[in-house]
Amino acid sequence: MSNLKIKDYFKKFFTLSIFGSSPILWPLFFLILVLIFNLLFNKTFFHIEIKDGHLYGSMIDILNRATPLMLVSLGMTLVIASTGIDISVGAIVAISGAIAAKLIGGTLVLKGGVQEYVTLVPMPVAIITAILISTILGLWNGMLVSRVGIQPIVATLILMVAGRGIAQLITSGQIITIYYKHYFFIGNGFLLMLPFTLFIVSIVLIISLILTRKTAIGLFIESVGTNARATKYSGINSQNVILLIYAFSGFCCGIAGLIVSSNVKSADGNNAGLLLELDAILAVAIGGTSMAGGRFFFLGSIIGALLIQSLTTSIYAIGVPPEVTLVVKAIVVFILCLIQSETFRKKIFGKRLQGAH
Amino acid sequence: MADKQQILTMSDISKSFPGVKALSNVNFRLLKGEVHALMGENGAGKSTLIKVLTGVHDFDNGKILFDGKIIKPESPLDAQKMGISTVYQEVNLCPNLSVSENIFIGRQPMKNGFINWNEMNKQSETILDKLNIKIDVTQLLSTYSVAIQQMVSIARSLLISAKILILDEPTSSLDESEVNQLFSVINNLKSEGLAILFITHFLDQVYQIADRITVLKNGELVGEYKTNELPKVELVAKMIGKELAKFSKIPKSTEKRKKSNNENVLLKVNNLWRKSILKPVTLEVNTGEVLGFAGLLGSGRTESVRLIFGIDKHQQGEVLIKGKKINLDTPKNAVSSGMAFCPEDRKSEGLLSELTVRENIILALQGKYGLLKFINKKKQDEIANEYIKILNINTPSTSQKVKNLSGGNQQKIILARWLATNPQVLLLDEPTRGIDVGAKAEILKFILSLCNKGIGIVFISSELDEVINCSNRILVLRDGEKISELTGDDIDENLIMHTIAGGQK
Repeated sequence: MSNLKIKDYFKKFFTLSIFGSSPILWPLFFLILVLIFNLLFNKTFFHIEIKDGHLYGSMIDILNRATPLMLVSLGMTLVIASTGIDISVGAIVAISGAIAAKLIGGTLVLKGGVQEYVTLVPMPVAIITAILISTILGLWNGMLVSRVGIQPIVATLILMVAGRGIAQLITSGQIITIYYKHYFFIGNGFLLMLPFTLFIVSIVLIISLILTRKTAIGLFIESVGTNARATKYSGINSQNVILLIYAFSGFCCGIAGLIVSSNVKSADGNNAGLLLELDAILAVAIGGTSMAGGRFFFLGSIIGALLIQSLTTSIYAIGVPPEVTLVVKAIVVFILCLIQSETFRKKIFGKRLQGAH
Repeated sequence: MADKQQILTMSDISKSFPGVKALSNVNFRLLKGEVHALMGENGAGKSTLIKVLTGVHDFDNGKILFDGKIIKPESPLDAQKMGISTVYQEVNLCPNLSVSENIFIGRQPMKNGFINWNEMNKQSETILDKLNIKIDVTQLLSTYSVAIQQMVSIARSLLISAKILILDEPTSSLDESEVNQLFSVINNLKSEGLAILFITHFLDQVYQIADRITVLKNGELVGEYKTNELPKVELVAKMIGKELAKFSKIPKSTEKRKKSNNENVLLKVNNLWRKSILKPVTLEVNTGEVLGFAGLLGSGRTESVRLIFGIDKHQQGEVLIKGKKINLDTPKNAVSSGMAFCPEDRKSEGLLSELTVRENIILALQGKYGLLKFINKKKQDEIANEYIKILNINTPSTSQKVKNLSGGNQQKIILARWLATNPQVLLLDEPTRGIDVGAKAEILKFILSLCNKGIGIVFISSELDEVINCSNRILVLRDGEKISELTGDDIDENLIMHTIAGGQK
């Protein structure tokens, strides 16, 4: 980058107009703000140490805890880009966890004087089944939206409500505890000093990026989200595109469900992934994908999810009483959305900030 | 003709949108106690004129004199307060509220801070009585027919003590008896001195109800006429007739007309129809031939290409390309068998306005290739640039959002999208609508050059002149029915206009 270009960037940055050029910069900017805030008020935040060959610290913890939300946000990104919405994600997360827990179960038995973990079915089978069923549930949503023509919020509402019931049916209304050590690795394990969950998210993210940028599906999704009728008239099977999108969302929820259940070593049909849909929608919105559909930004959503998680952790860390944390979070998110709104910026800062357009 | 009854005078109204002049120096007058029909085809400027009058659009220059005062409505609400009310084609009331609530919404009679329901229902009945409607006003609006709903809409306007009532295509969803009911109401209102502006594409209805007619064309005033002094044929001529040699640049394709006779049939349509939309239509398009559709809005010209392309479901009939029958379930099938379709409404049915020029051009080709055979970015740019050059599209780069381009360039982009798929049959519905004269001529020339490459084209335009100049054969449509087909030397402007107007000389 030449000198001139850097100077140009600085100028753009200070007039805030640079944020018009790439939607990822906004959430990144806020994430940095949260980090700076922690640097000032929360001394232990940046403290990272090596314990048992793993990295430990607040930041690592945030990364790890944000992974289910990141995964769900990836799916939600595409759904929202197609002008849809999927509010059943929390329920699918619960179902996925419940299936895995039920299938694995696990007991500690004594075999020839050695303690050994035994599962009901082999762990890979349980994992694949959970992900597969989650994907099928996504397909169900996609069917209702694309074939039956139900509005997305209503179509996914069905599974949002019924899904919790299904999850509790699977767990027989109980919280199933998992007794199988290998399964705990998914949500709690470390690889190359980093939480294993980060690798899962990275892999899903990379696959998503490749699928959307190296096949035509990305173009089709953005095209359906921009103008569904024109897309159909251009000879594209937009119904199948929508079907795929919801199935992908279900797939992401399936993996997130495994992480959640592995993390807490149990499956709770009632509370796993509760209100996750709202955080996911928020993460996508913060990440720059318009709720009106069209362009989508996976990385933006990932950063958005990270931002939400660090916000939550920071609020706890600086000692805000638990009963007001939600209010504080809401205020921060509100301010964030206001600043991100172009109309609002124009109103407040006037014409001099319109640069990028 | 300084009439003291004049209630509205719009003089020298001009309005431009980026890349196109929607209205240029239009004059329009409305008298008290008259029904005035505003006529014109797509892009004539009818709706822009209404939108200027009702405050939806600002205007660039000119002035509006209403009831002796110069006005400049800021919004539809503003216009309504002044006494200019509009009843739209699609009833925009609340179906889940009662009739009287719909009439009084926003201005309910109050008593001690509560709504006075009795008073409201009583007044509603009185107003509807004036329109000769006797219904239970406490019932939900949705329980009544569209015609009644339209009357309720009118009743609502009367309550605001409207001086001008604008009826925008009020009859398009009504059956004949309902139309008569509406017309008797209109006549009542007229005798009470209300000025009524009536917009429709049904010629017969204009002659049934209107006292005077104003014709617009391409954003310009053609003229103002008394209905009984203007024969139907002449009205049609004014609406779609010759536009003073503006397109003389386009070569007449007489030479090709002879040639095309013994060519092989590319597109064949057998008895394609759909109830109350299109009566059975049979047609053929040969290789290298332009088949023009002549007819007014709603005549079946757009309807038939939509059926051919599989957008609307047909009830019976078949479409064959090179003798092979194609499945008409979705546009996808039409595309994969070599058809392409530029829709009439560019913005809502063609463009992906938030996406780039490159993505807009590549879309149909990628759709044809399917999901996995991905055209990489470099190749996409190559294709986009190729068509930008061929069609002379004016854009700073392939990554420009198409919403920032002018109408003419947007239309060329949709053409480019289809040409990239290498189609055999091109269905063009109003490809020259709402674009400037230069781009129009370019597009028409280009269409003719496509014919030389052996592509078969169906060409629809509101400009009869364009249709005559470009086509080898012409299909004349009226009221959802194919009336006649003209070839070669039979193509005659007068004959076509007579046919469109209903066969009378």
